[in-house]
Amino acid sequence: MSDLLRLATAGSVDDGKSTLVGRLLYDTKSVLADTLDAVHRASADRGLSTPDLSLLVDGLRSEREQGITIDVAYRYFATPKRSFVLADTPGHVQYTRNTVTGASTAQLGVLLVDARKGVIEQTRRHAAVLALLGVPRLVLAVNKIDLVDHDEATFSRIAKEFTAHATALGYPDDAVVTIPVSALAGDNVVERSERTPWYDGPTLLEHLETVPVDVDPHDAPFRFPVQYVIRPRTADYPDYRGYAGQVAAGTVRVGDEIAVLPDGLRSTVTGIDTADGPLDQAASGQSVTLLLAHDLDISRGDLIAGAAVPPRVTDEFDATVCWLSEKALTPGARVLVKHGTRTVQAIVTHLHTRFDEQKLGSTDAPDSLTLNEIGQVALRTAEPIPVDDYTKSRHMGSFLVIDAADGSTLAAGLVGAPLPELDGVESCTDGGDAAEPDSHALVSPGP
Amino acid sequence: MTTTTTLDALGRLESEAVHIFREVAGEFDRPVILFSGGKDSTLLLHLAVKAFWPAPVPFPLLHVDTGHNFDEVIAFRDKVVAQHGLRLEVAKVQDYIDDGRLTERPDGTRNPLQTVPLLDAITGHKFDAVFGGGRRDEERARAKERIFSLRNSFGQWEPRRQRPELWNLYNGRHRPGEHVRVFPLSNWTELDVWHYIARENIELPDIYYAHRREVYLRDGMWLAEGPWGGPRENETMVEKTVRYRTVGDGSCTGAVESDAADIATVIAEVAASRLTERGATRADDRLSEAAMEDRKREGYF
Repeated sequence: MSDLLRLATAGSVDDGKSTLVGRLLYDTKSVLADTLDAVHRASADRGLSTPDLSLLVDGLRSEREQGITIDVAYRYFATPKRSFVLADTPGHVQYTRNTVTGASTAQLGVLLVDARKGVIEQTRRHAAVLALLGVPRLVLAVNKIDLVDHDEATFSRIAKEFTAHATALGYPDDAVVTIPVSALAGDNVVERSERTPWYDGPTLLEHLETVPVDVDPHDAPFRFPVQYVIRPRTADYPDYRGYAGQVAAGTVRVGDEIAVLPDGLRSTVTGIDTADGPLDQAASGQSVTLLLAHDLDISRGDLIAGAAVPPRVTDEFDATVCWLSEKALTPGARVLVKHGTRTVQAIVTHLHTRFDEQKLGSTDAPDSLTLNEIGQVALRTAEPIPVDDYTKSRHMGSFLVIDAADGSTLAAGLVGAPLPELDGVESCTDGGDAAEPDSHALVSPGP
Repeated sequence: MTTTTTLDALGRLESEAVHIFREVAGEFDRPVILFSGGKDSTLLLHLAVKAFWPAPVPFPLLHVDTGHNFDEVIAFRDKVVAQHGLRLEVAKVQDYIDDGRLTERPDGTRNPLQTVPLLDAITGHKFDAVFGGGRRDEERARAKERIFSLRNSFGQWEPRRQRPELWNLYNGRHRPGEHVRVFPLSNWTELDVWHYIARENIELPDIYYAHRREVYLRDGMWLAEGPWGGPRENETMVEKTVRYRTVGDGSCTGAVESDAADIATVIAEVAASRLTERGATRADDRLSEAAMEDRKREGYF
């Protein structure tokens, strides 16, 4: 079992997300006495009779003033079974980009709904974003269950509706769990509640401690973006030339035949070095230095890949982009694309579709994409780059869209990832999508 | 030769930090590592050495010296710098006080005074990436910090204008005058740091371990005698067995009573502690509810 789980939260404003995160930290005793004292003091200053656990996590002055979470924050807690890195993302509509940020590295998404309101549009939108970003597993925490008198029927209705939605997004049944909780009172977060005797599933923490962590398969094709060339030129290492990087996918072994892309040069791995000594193989996630049989011209930005199954090398491809900037995207825009360790100039040649968040369907050929909108676009790059589809590899299928003028990050890009199309919801298909069956393909979550 | 295909939690943190160091080396012209000789910066340097092995670390070090140092830490700093054959720049708060560019605070603490010398050093040396040992678990304003944190030409952190940080694709682009603060230890906790120090057998200044020391009590903290104006008349020196959880400006860094004299007992103590390291030993973070955020906005780490 993996000893680390990365999770991201998502939920609407006032669903009690900060309180839930605060409760997780508090009940797992991850909050130390001085931090807690500060929360007690601040709560008393605000005239509250019980400590406001959301103050544990809302770290910015303006967040505390407004009582909302503005920016994604990272929390760390651990139990004897597992360590957790939690990306605490804001639910406010204008901060959807932070949900994208949190989801990009998460292995599990925790969505919150208010039991009195049930599944709302924002819930469906967040679930769609988590599915699109390839978050393999979901938990729905039906919060404020105490405010509906711990009613089983209310919970069941919400659970059923959400599970149907998640299934439509491509999640298998065993990847979705729903739990009735009260973050404020602590029911079923860490401690099992006696007020929901009808619920026989795990508490939120029990689930987080035991849920399988989907890791990148080691048998995926090998991918290694070259970060830096290590050439000591010292007396001890006069001729050393190593290619440093982090294995993005698959496994590499000494003796493997590799291809260097985009040029297509070939060689063989003669050594895998680390500061702690040589290895005979390295797998995804490991930072190592590769030594090759031939003295090739390889530099930062090149990709070393398994020779048997190289990625496609292309200067034109379709991608889904989550637009994160106030500056709108219009067709013909010149941008920079950062993919792996390579940054290239690119033109967004066409906007194919826009994901209509209101109707959870796609609209054809929009004029522009604006802040927080998600759309499928065609890109042309100034030089060919080696890409895999996002649904095959989160690392090799992801890229940043950067503004060449001011350097800001404009968008999160997913190579080839089609937009979610939901069955069973009112959908604005405009007729066009029906002609192309592939555009109805659901995003398959997971690696 | 060893075969390792799965990383444990510490292995993942190490790999992530190494990746970050190499990204910066690949994309920036003049990076620098902030180095004080404390445990976080010593760990930072250890990871940098690993990232570029067998080549030397391609960055110089910068110490912002408040003048309120523990002698043991400065001696350790100089030893480590010599050991790795690195270049150390020192920006001294005392110089600024001496020529009137900074004024001593009434409470005597110099931690907040570091910002101006730091920013001057960054501008003067044209550093474009500045590595710091900050961790997100230290403080809730730090929990909002990105691994790559763009600072404007005044060195200011603007929490509402942070770039989204997606996957492990870091955007380090900046305009002339701007720089990027880089935090390779973002995802480490205090316990992770200690476990890793134990695993890698990393040497630290010995004041991190229990020793006898003359200290006096001020605002609930055990402070050592020093040029920061202590003890005052009503403060009496007592000898205690103590150790330090952080080492910073001596005027506001307190010792904790402890018998933990080696790494195993330190880990046990940290794991059992009910106080955060800053809450236990840093007076400057007690100044206000948003002390850290306010200092970060001004250009502090």
